[in-house]
Amino acid sequence: MSRAITFLTRRRGGRGWHWTDVFIWTWLIGGLIVMFGPALWLVMSSFKSPAQLAEFPPTLLPYATEQVMVEGYDKPLNLFTAKLPDGTTKVMAEVRRIGIVSQLVDPEEPGEIVKVNIADREPVRQVHFATENYTEPFEHFDFLQYLKNSVFVTVIATLITLLTNSMAAFALSKYQFRGRNFVLLLIVGTLMVPLSVLLVPLYSVISAVGLFDSLWGVILPTVATPTGVFLLRQYMLTIPDELIDAARMDNASEWQIYWRIILPLAAPALAVLAIFSVVWRWNDFLWPLVVLSRKELYTLQVGLNTYAGELNVQWHFILAMTVVTMIPVVLVFVFLQRYITAGIAGTGLK
Amino acid sequence: MSAGASLSSRIGAALAAPIGWLAAIIDAPLKIWQRATGTTGMAAFFLAPNMLIFGVFVLAPFVINFFYSTTSGNAFFLSDRTYVGAEQYARLLDCGSYLDTSTCREDLFWNAVHNTGLFVLLQVSLLIVVSMITALILNREIVGRSFWRAVFFFPVLLSPVVVGLIWKWILQRQGLLNSVLFQFGYEPTEWLTDRFWAFAAGITVSVWAHMGFFTLILLAGLQAIPRDLYEAAEMDGTKPGRMFWRITLPMLMPNLLVVIILALIRAVQIFDEVYVLTGGGPGTSTLYLTQYIYEVGFASLLRNPGLAAAASILMGAVLVVLTLVQLQIGRRNEKKGARE
Repeated sequence: MSRAITFLTRRRGGRGWHWTDVFIWTWLIGGLIVMFGPALWLVMSSFKSPAQLAEFPPTLLPYATEQVMVEGYDKPLNLFTAKLPDGTTKVMAEVRRIGIVSQLVDPEEPGEIVKVNIADREPVRQVHFATENYTEPFEHFDFLQYLKNSVFVTVIATLITLLTNSMAAFALSKYQFRGRNFVLLLIVGTLMVPLSVLLVPLYSVISAVGLFDSLWGVILPTVATPTGVFLLRQYMLTIPDELIDAARMDNASEWQIYWRIILPLAAPALAVLAIFSVVWRWNDFLWPLVVLSRKELYTLQVGLNTYAGELNVQWHFILAMTVVTMIPVVLVFVFLQRYITAGIAGTGLK
Repeated sequence: MSAGASLSSRIGAALAAPIGWLAAIIDAPLKIWQRATGTTGMAAFFLAPNMLIFGVFVLAPFVINFFYSTTSGNAFFLSDRTYVGAEQYARLLDCGSYLDTSTCREDLFWNAVHNTGLFVLLQVSLLIVVSMITALILNREIVGRSFWRAVFFFPVLLSPVVVGLIWKWILQRQGLLNSVLFQFGYEPTEWLTDRFWAFAAGITVSVWAHMGFFTLILLAGLQAIPRDLYEAAEMDGTKPGRMFWRITLPMLMPNLLVVIILALIRAVQIFDEVYVLTGGGPGTSTLYLTQYIYEVGFASLLRNPGLAAAASILMGAVLVVLTLVQLQIGRRNEKKGARE
């Protein structure tokens, strides 16, 4: 054992532990708990029944009281470990509870009812995942509709973003024309005006073109992203012009050059933009909140916020729906994280 | 595995086929256009969709915003609104003393300004310190570095609504934090309905959500510092603390400045996660500028788009200044890079 500890704490170059090592590992382990803990807690809590969620202090795992069918009773009864008046401890089924008195029967011999103070009984519990938290919102709420809306917005917005941004980036990287710098400047300029500043006028534009309260009104203002155009343009600048010249020699049209040569070669940059776009659009909140007023058009984020803001918050459903909302982003994190970190480190994109 | 791959590639091919046909169909009329207008015309064609969307949904609103801010009434169409000149701005800026919000005509606006100012100051400082420490640690040769990097990056991808709800669940009265404190014998605290704690919670949660992003940029900067600088310093017997102040910090300065400005720009616009967490409450203690604009423009019964537009232009002016500073720094860095 002590040798194992020596092995684990051995340092490179035979040096001992320095206080900075202690600090570093405290920071890292603390970070692990603080960064993952809250999300993990959310997932754990999402499998708890409403009664369990109301418990204080809460348990780590979701539990449910065990139940048993007892002869002579229609419904299954909850099992308790009770301290009986004669001093023995026994597993009993609860028939009913009146005030602080619990009426229990022996599930084996259900004839005689024993009265016990509720302080003298402990529920028999086992780990149980309340999956109905997940299934019920799909059946009884508009949750499925919200999910569909979110998927629609995310997919369509990403496709349009990829197409229009790559076309613009192609023009801005491979053509010489008057006003090119002006267009570039215009795009840089809009990096400065975020959506939160344009809220009021954008709303009126959306209303004027008849897109208020429609998913297209959510999609269109977000697709002409200056960051996307820039990312793709920087990448396309590295594609050699000789390829295009050779294709022109072979009588390829400009559209074919874009579609057959530039797009496939720019695939890595397109992939990065696609990942970002999916995360952005999936997570959008403020703009959909402004544009959508009919409930059946809400995206997941807006719908979740609405449910969480209701007077009588049904936490067991909200927690489960939050987990579902989190899933696509967690998948992106697990499988595509390295593209994103490379994108951010390289361009400061987000 | 291979069956799955071939299936997915077959599905991919099936999906790609119609797109390919579409691309082929577009090609024919485009060839005519190309013959008529030459390559410049093609450039216009490629730019058109993006610039059209851009013009309608970014540029036009940008211009219209100024018109809005000079009109009054609660109608959304400009033609139904009355011109009032700079009255909305005067109303926003009408204050006995800018330090005491109760002397202001639009005290709500000034509450939001004060809150945002304090938030920006505290959040950005905390964010930079925490990200810096994390980046410095991740830059060392530690076991499982990419794993640890992922750990700190994880919350960055979560949506603000999810972030807000995760923490609302932990910070509520019967939440995890109170029950942990309870185990150690402390009384439960009202984290989200106490003015001070709600404000502190907003800062902490937003630092939690965004630190991974800034850590990543700082880490990229740290990794770009040449190793031999440290080796030379080590040979001269320089202490690690001195190395940080004399090598790391000066070399990292360009990245650090960009990170600070970027953090400032984001912090000024703080809205989503705090809105979900506290709803701006209790009272107005976590009401920030973006929420003010949103509520005055849309949500409140006494909505006043002109006032909201004026407030958003004032906020936009701050952001433009910050962005210009950022671009200036970026240009200086580029020049420096070119010289080296």
